[in-house]
Amino acid sequence: MGGIPHDHYEPKSKFEKGLHKRLPVVGLLYDTLMIPTPKNLNWMWIWGIVLTFCLAMQIITGIVLVMHYVPHEDMAFASVEHIMRNVNGGHMIRYFHMNGASLFFIAVYMHIFRGLYYGSYKAPREVTWIIGMLIYLLMMGTAFMGYVLPWGQMSFHGTAVITGLFGAIPFIGDALQTWLLGATAVGNPALNRFFSLHYLLPFVIAGLVIVHIWAFHTTGNNNPTGVEVRRTSKAEAEKDTLPFWPYFVIKDLFALAVILLVFVAVVGFMPNYLGHPDNYVEANALATPAHIVPEWYFLPFYAILRAFTADVWVVQIANFLSAGIIDAKFFGVLAMFGAIAVMALAPWLDTSSVRSGRYRPQFKIAFWVLVADFIFLMWLGAMPAEEPYASLSLLASTYWFAYFLVILPLLGITEKPTTPPSTIEEDFNAHYGKGKGPSSSGGEVATPAE
Amino acid sequence: MANDNEHDGDRRDFLYYATGAAGAVATGAAVWPLVNQMNPSADVLALASIRVNVADIEPGTQVTVLWQGKPVFIRRRTEDEITAATGVAVDDLQDPIARNENKGEGNTLPATDDNRALDETGEWLVMVGVCTHLGCVPLGDGAGDFGGWFCPCHGSHYDTAGRIRRGPANENLLVPIASFDGDELIIGKED
Repeated sequence: MGGIPHDHYEPKSKFEKGLHKRLPVVGLLYDTLMIPTPKNLNWMWIWGIVLTFCLAMQIITGIVLVMHYVPHEDMAFASVEHIMRNVNGGHMIRYFHMNGASLFFIAVYMHIFRGLYYGSYKAPREVTWIIGMLIYLLMMGTAFMGYVLPWGQMSFHGTAVITGLFGAIPFIGDALQTWLLGATAVGNPALNRFFSLHYLLPFVIAGLVIVHIWAFHTTGNNNPTGVEVRRTSKAEAEKDTLPFWPYFVIKDLFALAVILLVFVAVVGFMPNYLGHPDNYVEANALATPAHIVPEWYFLPFYAILRAFTADVWVVQIANFLSAGIIDAKFFGVLAMFGAIAVMALAPWLDTSSVRSGRYRPQFKIAFWVLVADFIFLMWLGAMPAEEPYASLSLLASTYWFAYFLVILPLLGITEKPTTPPSTIEEDFNAHYGKGKGPSSSGGEVATPAE
Repeated sequence: MANDNEHDGDRRDFLYYATGAAGAVATGAAVWPLVNQMNPSADVLALASIRVNVADIEPGTQVTVLWQGKPVFIRRRTEDEITAATGVAVDDLQDPIARNENKGEGNTLPATDDNRALDETGEWLVMVGVCTHLGCVPLGDGAGDFGGWFCPCHGSHYDTAGRIRRGPANENLLVPIASFDGDELIIGKED
């Protein structure tokens, strides 16, 4: 493939030449920063920067918090209160870290749904997509283990529920759960190891982020049309692209500034809005909070987990076919992880030859129903486990699976897509005026995504 | 390269396999302690039993104690509760197995009330207070649609004998090893 043709780094001074010969690190940074980027990217392409910012913010505030936190069942809760009351500025650092997780997940959901709408997961970007899904799974693991650390009621009983998911696996479940917890119940061993892993995993994520960026820098960015950048010559590629620096960096930073304005307002004025008051009660093994709910970003999958009870016919069939190995509990766990697995398999389930949803009239409807379904599941996950929420959860879960397993494969065959523009340049000129395009006016630099 | 095939089964091949096997064993030996350190440590494993004085527990009330990091429900049931529990046919149960550790390991006895209660009269019911779905602590004192326990996390209903009747849980609440010593209830095996 060789990527999109563009100018590479040329060391100039004697020092630069000497360094480049020994370690081409400046060249690596230059090529990464100057990567040709489709000039028609819209505002949905800013979430990558927001995510990178979130990861950095969480790592930095986290390292600082660890200087004051004590991972012991008798002291964890008190040490968090110590951070909140005694440590200089500790309450703000903790609130940034706590709400930072929420911003992280808002951004990742926007980023994922952007990819689903514009077909960013399709060939040749499957590897980027799969690595992204791995990052998302690690994010969920990290966020879950971080939520355990304050050792409040929700931390404690949430851990019991989530490690119970592993206990549901046939044959090895109990041993696996005991191994994860280091005991038969949630306690100090679990708190200690979750602390260790909560510190480790963000760095694993950082490593995968580099691979994620490497992958899409190799294939080139997708863009709202789904049409590839022309790459037979540098001159042609330049008609479709602009360098990442300064055009997209400035655009992304502007978007980040707007998002941070809202974020800081939330952290400053309503820092506990997305939290749960029960987690300000110290962990007590003898009493589960009356209404246990995970953090908002887990709710859609939590709703799917709860939807499949023993009286649902698919569960009964699975139970019968597996001779009782797959019971309702294990089925719920399979459904929850399956909901993410089918999303990861989207590149191979989508049969349409047109990449971007912009040119697929029926896909558009199915996609927006999926978005509504996701939000609906999120609401259902927060509701108590009773009717009518149980039946509605089942209905909403069914659509989630149907979208990936039935609608995506079938639409590619039955749907008649409209014709995408032949080049990115054409799309850009149609959106931002022909006179402004750099190729048509010759020399003037465009302002992308004004 | 090309004449590699001519050396089938010679000493070099043997050395390759032997080295590879030794390397695999060494790697396994190095990794296993790193995995095994996560299993319960000796102090956690030390099987503790506890003694609870149950003389003051009135019929129709429940005491919850902590045993091995888990809550244990000790309920002294009323006549009505016992009648409600004995009146259920085993065929109507979601989990027809007694799940009583006092009845021997891997018991396959039917989940009748007799096989669940701790004493002859059926007054005492002792169970690990951990929902068999995903490990929440069910609410007691007649909670749920069957007058027993109700798990608030995912809506599992247990009857007055702690048997799962509706909801996502698939097993009855576990009856742990327990016995009476006068007014004291011993939970767990005493050495």
